[in-house]
Amino acid sequence: MSAPNSSYDPVEVTALRSDEIERMRDEALAAIAAADTLEALKQVRIDHVGDRSPIALANREIGALQPQARKEAGQRVGQARGAINQALAAKIAAVEAAEEERALVTEAVDVTLPWDLTPVGARHPVTTLSEHIADVFVAMGWEIAEGPEVEAEWLNFDALNLGPDHPARTMQDTFWVTPEKAAMVLRTHTSPVQARTMLTRTPPIYIACPGRVFRTDELDATHSPVFHQVEGLAIDEGLSMAHLKGTLDHFAQAIYGDGMTTRFRPSYFPFTEPSAEMDLLCYVCHNEPDEVGSCRTCKGEGWVEWGGCGVVNPRVLIACGIDPERYSGFAFGIGIDRTITSRYDIADLRDLFDGDIRFTEPFGVEL
Amino acid sequence: MRVPVSWLRQYVDLPADLSTADLAARLTAFDLKLEEIVSSGISGPLVVGRVLSLVKEEQKNGKMINWCRVDVGPHNDPSVPDAPGEDVPSRGIICGAHNFVEGDLVVVSLPGTVLPALGFEISARKTYGHVSDGMICSSAELGLAGDASGIIVLEAGQGQPGDSAIELLGLGEEVLDLEVNPDRAYALSLRGVARDAAIAFGVPFHDPAELDAETVATEGPGAYPVVVEDPTASPVFAALTVTGIDPSRPTPAWLAQRIELAGMRSISLAVDVTNYVMLELGFPIHGYDRALLKGPLVVRRATAGEKLTTLDGVTRTLTEADALVTDDRGPVGLGGVMGGEEVEMTPTTTDVVVEAAVWTAPMIARTARTQRLSSEAAKRNERGVDPTLPARAVRRVADLLVEHGGGTLEPGLTLLGTPPVPADIALHADLPARITGVEIDTVTAVEALEANGCEVSVDHDWLSVTPPPWRSDLTDPYDVVEEVLRVVGYDRVPSLVPVAPAGRGLTFAQKLRRRAGYVLAGEGLIEVKTFPFAGPADWDRLGLDADDDRRRQVLLENPLSAEEPGLTTTLLSGLLRSLVLNVGRGHADVHLTETGRVFLPQTGSVEAPIYGVDRRPTTEELSALDAALPRQPHHIGVVMSGERIRSGWYGAGRRAEWGDAIAVVRHLAAALHVEVDVQQAQLQPWHPGRCAALVLDGVTIGHAGELHPKVLKAYGLPPRVVAAEVDLDALIAAAPEVGPRPEFSSFPVAKEDLAFVVDASVAAGDLERALVTASPLIESARLFDVYTGDQVPEGKKSLAFALRLRAPDRTLTEDDIRTAREAAVSAASEATNATLRT
Repeated sequence: MSAPNSSYDPVEVTALRSDEIERMRDEALAAIAAADTLEALKQVRIDHVGDRSPIALANREIGALQPQARKEAGQRVGQARGAINQALAAKIAAVEAAEEERALVTEAVDVTLPWDLTPVGARHPVTTLSEHIADVFVAMGWEIAEGPEVEAEWLNFDALNLGPDHPARTMQDTFWVTPEKAAMVLRTHTSPVQARTMLTRTPPIYIACPGRVFRTDELDATHSPVFHQVEGLAIDEGLSMAHLKGTLDHFAQAIYGDGMTTRFRPSYFPFTEPSAEMDLLCYVCHNEPDEVGSCRTCKGEGWVEWGGCGVVNPRVLIACGIDPERYSGFAFGIGIDRTITSRYDIADLRDLFDGDIRFTEPFGVEL
Repeated sequence: MRVPVSWLRQYVDLPADLSTADLAARLTAFDLKLEEIVSSGISGPLVVGRVLSLVKEEQKNGKMINWCRVDVGPHNDPSVPDAPGEDVPSRGIICGAHNFVEGDLVVVSLPGTVLPALGFEISARKTYGHVSDGMICSSAELGLAGDASGIIVLEAGQGQPGDSAIELLGLGEEVLDLEVNPDRAYALSLRGVARDAAIAFGVPFHDPAELDAETVATEGPGAYPVVVEDPTASPVFAALTVTGIDPSRPTPAWLAQRIELAGMRSISLAVDVTNYVMLELGFPIHGYDRALLKGPLVVRRATAGEKLTTLDGVTRTLTEADALVTDDRGPVGLGGVMGGEEVEMTPTTTDVVVEAAVWTAPMIARTARTQRLSSEAAKRNERGVDPTLPARAVRRVADLLVEHGGGTLEPGLTLLGTPPVPADIALHADLPARITGVEIDTVTAVEALEANGCEVSVDHDWLSVTPPPWRSDLTDPYDVVEEVLRVVGYDRVPSLVPVAPAGRGLTFAQKLRRRAGYVLAGEGLIEVKTFPFAGPADWDRLGLDADDDRRRQVLLENPLSAEEPGLTTTLLSGLLRSLVLNVGRGHADVHLTETGRVFLPQTGSVEAPIYGVDRRPTTEELSALDAALPRQPHHIGVVMSGERIRSGWYGAGRRAEWGDAIAVVRHLAAALHVEVDVQQAQLQPWHPGRCAALVLDGVTIGHAGELHPKVLKAYGLPPRVVAAEVDLDALIAAAPEVGPRPEFSSFPVAKEDLAFVVDASVAAGDLERALVTASPLIESARLFDVYTGDQVPEGKKSLAFALRLRAPDRTLTEDDIRTAREAAVSAASEATNATLRT
């Protein structure tokens, strides 16, 4: 570093001339513009704004100027440096961004490559439909009741007005537990759950009972010894068949959509009187005149069979300790498996139970 | 119940233009549900023909055929010139049967006829060197019962050539196949269906049971002696004798046709007539060959072990609950169910004792059930017949035997007992409206009931209803309501959603079972539903020891398969069967789960009580019911085969291993906020060295690990299948209502890695437990390396743990860390004899 040049006055320092500063600046800017790698820019920084750069050397000469000239020269150098640094920073950012961009391009992959390391699970439609149905009734304020599958004969039959010699007992082909005098069966319906509820609670009672039931049917495309149903029971003051119809219509709409309805045909069940078979408006053709004729689902009937129902027989109320003079109620039941096979057009009921993963997989975790 | 429509119309004035489909729809709405409309399906020119000439021609294959000219009246075709007899108007037809001669009347299906039994339309075709211009038909080709060895030869005079044979043979008949519910016994008869049809259409009904009362009631000498020793078995018993029946007389064609259309076989005049009257009146009738009877008929209960061979040829051992008809030799009939073989009417029977008796319905139901014998008689008797009919029923049979069999009616009627009188039913007049929700006034209700044959008296707001004798099912006020609603119409019931009180939603257990379901699906498992039936073959495949508790199962009296005599004690029996199916169908990577009950029998013999139904059982009585039942906990089962992490373009995956099975249960437990300990165990069907017991509060609630190679071989499964089974109810019982409070320190962590040398037999889990409980400052200890080899002595292994140390209230000092580290080392030494590896 040279000492202040105080012995000359005025002093003319070439390096601090404005045309000279401008030249340095322009050279630096040209170098910045020419450099297009971070490496080159590093060299540009050293060459043009580093300690040994012309502009740094020029800056040192400011002290040699007359005091009154220093300010102006300082400004000139400062502005030039500022312009260079700014251009440099901008160029560095641009080059960095471009390099990053290039790197990303080279890292590109084929995202259609399969990435299926872990298996995807699924829940059985009998489970998910049962839950869906439960949710419909829970939303109405009902509760979900359950009971054992090996059940006492008295609860499966006698309490439901199906005495030992009732002809309807033989209609329900029953699995009997050994020995027969043990008086236990595989429940033939979920109705014993209703009996259990009536026996242990006081009305009002509003319950739905989904569950697995058993009949001695040989397994074929349309029959299964093990199947699933959901039954409903309501016991309260002033309930009638109209409330049964209203509940079923609501249920049908919740499962099959708006506009669904049900209709009753007379029938017989020992535990209800009057009893009815319920038909569901065909959920495919909706019994529309121009569609029903060719409808495969209802075979041109406009309605499909859905289940059985009726007003709870007062004899059942008496056996379960409920005063039939004060309370009345209704009950209904539908098949869950059949609802699935008909809704999803599954020709063979056995598909539900043989466990082929391709049956359950498409159902996912919710219907 | 099969109801020929033309027969039905005999008793009810249905509109002539009413279609069978409309009739059926209305009856269905009346609780007589149509199963199907049965008809022959035959259409086209099926006519009577007379065989004019018949030339036998032997074929090269040795077969003899008949080249016939058949006169079919207006259907004759003069344009066929083929000999012989071409000069006479006729048709030429080839026929291979030989049971007819020239001049016989036969049934001819002309070209254009459709015979469903053959499955194609008849056309003229060249065969055996002639054009056969139609076909001479056999019974089988027309879908009729009867002799199928030859063609049908009609009786002379049964028709004229060219007459429609469809009408002649009743092939145009339509038959309603109705499903009759157990409460509508009366509808197992033409009489009952006709009465309902009359109510449904509001038209007159002609009761076939309306006979001349005087001719019915001729009791007197000549009556066959009958003694009813047990009126609780048969409260009413009638008998009438017809003698001198000509056994050569055939059943009239119309009668045979009717009972065949109704689904019964025509056998002989006497048998056919009893069946005809049963179908007509719904009252089962039995005929005895009087020549074979020895002494009076006696009605009594069987003695235990008494034997009878019924006319189906089965020798039956009876109980004291069964009713018998006996004569001097012993039992001759199982009362109300089936006659005995020894006194059965035969084709040579000339004298018949006709029996019509009322049998106690529950007794018949029990006999039919214990004897597994559901005869037409039992079907009606167990549901309840019209008890006022016996005298008229036997008379109706006798009249038909006299008329068509040339028999003589013996003067005396046997009639014992009097029909029970139905009890009146009292109900409030507003009950029908209250129960059905339909506005039904008293007048409407009374009219509906009277149409059904009830007598109704009205006293202010109360109705007193006397049911007709054929409606033994009407006993309760609600039964009456159903009868009213049936007439008013089930379609009149309005729709009204009831408002339930605020509910409590799903129970805690129900919510957790759902949560478990989602966790299992999240683990990549596919849920299946298998049947819970299993047996010794399953236990053998699973390699269960002879004294393994899981071989003790709830057995069934009537299992579907002898291979699976009872209910399963493990979900693995069903899951492994499903796994076999999947592997057999070419799926390599299969991860299955099932949630369901297993059935664990009680020790000793238990019987569930049977209570009355006239009151609620006491709470103690209800507990006794539950106490008798087997334990039926919900389990979760898991099986995994093939790759748990799939191999792919990215590289190798990983097979399902023992740890995956344990991990599923751990994740499940974590989701329920339950802590399950994993302990080394040995239990079939798991690999003896790769089986974990899952322990909850000291109680084993399941097992997980790799299956035993022998088990996999027994199932024909690939090696290294892993499985888990756990008691879900136990997990749920241990689950807290509210999960744990999050608890963590925000002070810095200190990390210490410690490697221990232990005996090879030491369980890593035991060492880990010792480390995490060694000091409150030890936040966690994670095993990151297991090493055996040169660096550690023989019989030893090295287990390396990463410890995280942290205090809840301060930054740890060097001293803190050293103290905690020392505590860990000494705890490890104490628990597992571990030494720090240097």
